[in-house]
Amino acid sequence: MPVTYLKETPSQTGGPYVHIGTLPAVAGLPVRTQENLAVLASGTVPGERIRIEGVVYDGSGHPVKDALVELWQADAEGRHDNPDFPGFGRSAADFGTGLFAFETVKPGALPWRDGRTQAPHVSLLIFARGINIHLHTRMYFSDAGDANAADPVLRSIEQVGRRDTLVGTRSEKDGVVTYRFDIRLQGAGETVFFDM
Amino acid sequence: MAETGDFMRRDRGWHPPAFTPGYKTSVLRSPRCALVSVEQGVGEKARIVFPKSGLDPLDNDLIHNFSQGGEAIGERIVVHGRVMDETGRPVPNTLIEVWQANAGGRYRHRNDSYLAALDPNFGGSGRCMTDAEGRYFFRTIRPGPYPWRNDGSDWRPAHIHFSLFGEAFVQRLISQLYFEGDPLIPLCPIVNTLPDKAAIERLVAKLDLNQQMPFDALAYRFDIVLRGRRQTFFENMKEGM
Ligand SMILES: [Fe+3]
Repeated sequence: MPVTYLKETPSQTGGPYVHIGTLPAVAGLPVRTQENLAVLASGTVPGERIRIEGVVYDGSGHPVKDALVELWQADAEGRHDNPDFPGFGRSAADFGTGLFAFETVKPGALPWRDGRTQAPHVSLLIFARGINIHLHTRMYFSDAGDANAADPVLRSIEQVGRRDTLVGTRSEKDGVVTYRFDIRLQGAGETVFFDM
Repeated sequence: MAETGDFMRRDRGWHPPAFTPGYKTSVLRSPRCALVSVEQGVGEKARIVFPKSGLDPLDNDLIHNFSQGGEAIGERIVVHGRVMDETGRPVPNTLIEVWQANAGGRYRHRNDSYLAALDPNFGGSGRCMTDAEGRYFFRTIRPGPYPWRNDGSDWRPAHIHFSLFGEAFVQRLISQLYFEGDPLIPLCPIVNTLPDKAAIERLVAKLDLNQQMPFDALAYRFDIVLRGRRQTFFENMKEGM
């Protein structure tokens, strides 16, 4: 008897109207307008307050203005089981500029399977019209150079020069610590995407 | 944090590839470098907790959840099924989000300018949770086909978009449900991004007369499979070893 498993349901694009089901207020749908999933941390959540922002660019250098970006991260202590900080967010690219943005806290380091340590990072999923199966990438932090150099996932990228595509650049804008992270789907500076 | 079994590899030859020139928008939105394969870490195996404020009782009833005093117009249907993983284990208590066009093929979205009329009583957004056995259902109207710019005026078959979280980050999935017998299915450039006919078949909901709501709504059955978790035969290496 052959060993049989079920096959995963195949993916299809989220399409241009993905917001209706995932961020209805962005679609112009007056339901669940109180939800702001782009703000992960408010009130007393411990950790350094940061903003993460960027633009998803297509292979011709134009912003992908209908992208949906999801963010998944650990809390400031490197934990994924904190009931006060779920660590999940969603942001739609702005229909005019393509900018997505999250308000959150800087995550802590995480253990890796062989006892090494993963540098602080957030995971990002990109859904959009023309993207047949969502793309998975990570953003690391530009002010954590030593930790990034030792990170087992960054080190698994054979082309050393491509590792920089996963580093968000820190700046302070109006007193807000901001990490800029542009995502290039294709061509020069193509962002590294993972199969995990 | 306790280590748990890894999830099975995603069969990328079964899913649509990124670059599918028959679907023109994919041409500039598809990475050209190979995906980088990496083992799963604690974050990839952790459960995404969707920060919802709690489901409304009408969230899974699209005939009524946008009512301005009346009911949505169209063919009334119930969509139901089970969410399982690749080992056949049910996936309980997981969020499903759905969105769709109205019976005329028009979306209630600020960017949709199709000439078909909006239905004042239809929003097209819904969500539900699977129960302890992985079962789910929602009530809606059958969406209409709609035209889009690809090779001139292509037509999308009637479809419902759906989004799943599963029990771990790596199970995240967005796809579309089609309806048994729709002649537009084999003509659709988005359907045809799928390389395998058997994969297309898996996205086709089947008429399920036995589960109809008599004198109210037809039923369609649609089962969903998410990535399966491997068993841990031996304990993973401990930290520091
Ligand atoms: Fe659609």
